[in-house]
Amino acid sequence: MTSSTETEHHAYRVETIDRVVIRFAGDSGDGMQVTGDRFTNESAIFGNDLSTLPNFPAEIRAPAGTLAGVSAFQVHISDHDILTPGDAPNVLVAMNPAALRANVDDLAVGGTVLVNSDAFDERSLDKAGYSTNPLVDGSLGKFRVYEVPMTTLTLEACKPTGAKVRDAERSKNFFALGLVSWLYQRPVDTTLSWIAQRYGKLPIVVEANTLAFRAGYNFGETAELFESAYEVHAAAHEPGIYTNITGNTALAWGLVAAAQLGKVPLFLGSYPITPASDILHELSKHKNFGVRTLQAEDEIAGIGAALGASFGGALGVTTTSGPGLDLKAETIGLAVSLELPLIIVDIQRGGPSTGLPTKTEQSDLLHAMYGRHGEAPVPVIAASTPSQCFDAAIEAARIALKYRTPVILLSDGYLANGSEPWKLPDVGTLPDISTTFASAPNATADDGTPIFHPYLRDAETLARPWAIPGTAGLEHRIGGLEKADGSGSVSYDPANHERMVRLRAAKVAGIARDIPPIEVDDAAGGAELLVLGWGSTYGAIAAAVRRVRALGHKVARAHLWHVNPFPSNLGSVLASYPRVLIPEVNLGQLAKLVRAEFLVDAASLSKVEGTPFRVGDVEQAIFAQLGVVVADGERASAPVAAHAGEEES
Amino acid sequence: MADAAVPVTTRKDWSSDQDVRWCPGCGDYSILAAVQLALPELGVRRENTVFISGIGCAARFPYYMNTYGMHSIHGRAPAIATGLAVTRPDLEVWVVTGDGDALSIGGNHLIHVLRRNVKLRILLFNNQIYGLTKGQYSPTSEVGKVTKSTPFGSLDTPFNPVSLALGAEATFVARTHDMDRKHMMETFSRAHQHNGTAFVEVYQNCNVFNDGAFEQITSRATRDEMLIPLEHGRAIRFGADAERGVVMDAQGRLSLVNVADVGEDALLVHDEQRENPDLAFALSRLSRGPFEPTPIGVFRAVERPDYGSKMAAQVLEAQARKGPGDLAGLLKSGTTWTAG
Ligand code: SF4
Repeated sequence: MTSSTETEHHAYRVETIDRVVIRFAGDSGDGMQVTGDRFTNESAIFGNDLSTLPNFPAEIRAPAGTLAGVSAFQVHISDHDILTPGDAPNVLVAMNPAALRANVDDLAVGGTVLVNSDAFDERSLDKAGYSTNPLVDGSLGKFRVYEVPMTTLTLEACKPTGAKVRDAERSKNFFALGLVSWLYQRPVDTTLSWIAQRYGKLPIVVEANTLAFRAGYNFGETAELFESAYEVHAAAHEPGIYTNITGNTALAWGLVAAAQLGKVPLFLGSYPITPASDILHELSKHKNFGVRTLQAEDEIAGIGAALGASFGGALGVTTTSGPGLDLKAETIGLAVSLELPLIIVDIQRGGPSTGLPTKTEQSDLLHAMYGRHGEAPVPVIAASTPSQCFDAAIEAARIALKYRTPVILLSDGYLANGSEPWKLPDVGTLPDISTTFASAPNATADDGTPIFHPYLRDAETLARPWAIPGTAGLEHRIGGLEKADGSGSVSYDPANHERMVRLRAAKVAGIARDIPPIEVDDAAGGAELLVLGWGSTYGAIAAAVRRVRALGHKVARAHLWHVNPFPSNLGSVLASYPRVLIPEVNLGQLAKLVRAEFLVDAASLSKVEGTPFRVGDVEQAIFAQLGVVVADGERASAPVAAHAGEEES
Repeated sequence: MADAAVPVTTRKDWSSDQDVRWCPGCGDYSILAAVQLALPELGVRRENTVFISGIGCAARFPYYMNTYGMHSIHGRAPAIATGLAVTRPDLEVWVVTGDGDALSIGGNHLIHVLRRNVKLRILLFNNQIYGLTKGQYSPTSEVGKVTKSTPFGSLDTPFNPVSLALGAEATFVARTHDMDRKHMMETFSRAHQHNGTAFVEVYQNCNVFNDGAFEQITSRATRDEMLIPLEHGRAIRFGADAERGVVMDAQGRLSLVNVADVGEDALLVHDEQRENPDLAFALSRLSRGPFEPTPIGVFRAVERPDYGSKMAAQVLEAQARKGPGDLAGLLKSGTTWTAG
């Protein structure tokens, strides 16, 4: 190894590759999320297409050096349009033995492992459960392993700062970032200015991180360790202004936009819960938009306050994850009865109970559909990519405001924390979703005086008038007791109850007339198989369909954005394909709905490992459905549930 | 503070067209009457007035008021009212609740609304029983209460709602009772004037399931001996001839005395505005229940900025600092780059 102070760089090739998947892994205290995030930003600004997958433990600081404490960030960058964070990393950066052990099995054969060799001492190996050192025992034979003493080199680089060893050591993630930035020939200015800005209040930290980052970069360039560096050219993006955005930020911004487009103030009542809290954090920053946020005493108070705000004419929103959705069920039922606008955002995570708080799952669909007592229909919208959370929030608000109904907006841990480049919309083209408050009586009493009937419905939408307190002459009482059709007075009349139950159902079902039909991607036509998805499986399904088509097979694809009501053409679309495959990160919840609603013998592809589908999972399942024997004999890693009567494949 | 243009109204204007459906003889009727009689005097408009309730007998209250109203779900009225009050500071928001609704299923919301000091007037109708579910013991029932769910007597120590509210940082805490319309009206008027959460416990007789629970305090025959009126700035004394009184010893303990024994100057003078809630709390502990001489009146009334105003101030401050929200600017607030 050459000295890190050498200035002449060694001769190395720069190879061009079309894409690479890199995973940064370390202890949860090692700053891997920051590292991954910075690499992502460098790549975004460089112009690559990209997709990210952070993966961190539920514990804030699990015991250092253990498998449970490993935090990782995967980023896929490319010179062309991509849809997922990548199935298998090509490069693994492992800051300690635990990070190596927890991640190395995911690595593609022939992949590159960059390890911080300083961390491979006996104690750390032991904590990670290694009985022998994998760097010497040959177990990493199928990978290209680069051992870099990152801690030593970081300490060396940080010497001029005079920082204590303990503090200087903390900059080693920036060394790793610098090294990988060199390896993939990233621009460095944005990271350097980011460091200056982010740690500006602590000059010594700015200096240490900057020196470590530069040292990592220079190490790559000068150490004769690497034969090549790589470049991934910019992707051809549609012209426009882009930003890299996570699902939670997009969702929060979508809510801010929705309130402006709806010309109503935004109120968020929320209780902190992983992985939804970032929406509360983000909205709390934007008080200059008139946004009011309340960190409530519990989940129930969060939605209660939101509903109270809606009663007063605001767009009431509550944000949560599965356990919180359980707690909000009763208030959602009240909102169904009150027929007031309300948005319930559920960032799904692994369940049941506390489950896997930081891992993704799509297992709240049936809860969103049916998780209330009584006949309590609620429109359900599911975002499909991080940036699409923005549009989904606006659509949820549109439906809530227009139909005076609670709407459940489903996202999940993968979308919430994952990111992708987003072409910023021209705000002038966003839809006007404003509504009108009732301002005058709409009925006449027996004695001829004009009166207000809060449950007199719009003939087309079946929505009731929204008369907000402060409007003279429209004083009225609403509540959770059954109301008389029209007048809204308490009514226990059996026929009225039946009418009201059916009216509420018809109102929600009627939204199908007001949403776009589901689009089918079946360019070649004549496909035998339709792959139907919803929510965050979009990327994996679309990428798998691309791969299968590239091999000459025909397969159709469609993705649901509105899950309740279904688009009005869904039944005929399903009927036009002999086979339907539904991949979901649950045990087949949409499949159940589709089978029940349309009597379609849909096959379900399930996976509940806390991670999104790999493209390969879906690809294998499609091949299985098509009866295609895959040459390399790789078995699908997720089971395909074949339903009775279906041909074994 | 009354808006001069507010039309003159009477009780009739504040009464809705709904038939009142409480049991005949229920104390809720007189509370409803007192509210409907008090409101015309408060200078507020019907359309700006909202009553929000949870579940229970008391919770039917909004249906009988010709105002805006919401009969919500069990225990959650303070949370729902919070969202309304902080987004609509122009409204006069009342919460009507009961001992089960506020102190059992909704206990969490009650204490948090009190500490936040949201501008709400909370009327807690305390009848020490579950009425709507037909007679189980409540969180304010006395120990040993025999009910359908406690045939061998209840085991739970009851809450003292006034003590609880004081412990939850309430800025206005009062107690009144359903047999004294004038006192109720005065108390409701004080609650209306308070800038923050006004918490009023109303002793309310449930003549069907817990008849006479407060009789010693409220009946003409015994109330002189059993009801200790609290008046700000006045010595605390009671009895037909004001012959009994309250004194505080050096340790801050309160006791009941004969005025003749200690002299008038030794009597404790009530101070509802004392910043430290110790006096109010001590007064709330003077009686273990309505079977002992019990203070009635305003225990505490102190000023603290209300939650909604503070929230509104943050919005205004943010707008002054950053300008009104610019959506296009927000979307570009992260790192951006241009393609094409
Ligand atoms: S049960 Fe008791 S509290 Fe309820 S209405 Fe009847 S008397 Fe009043």
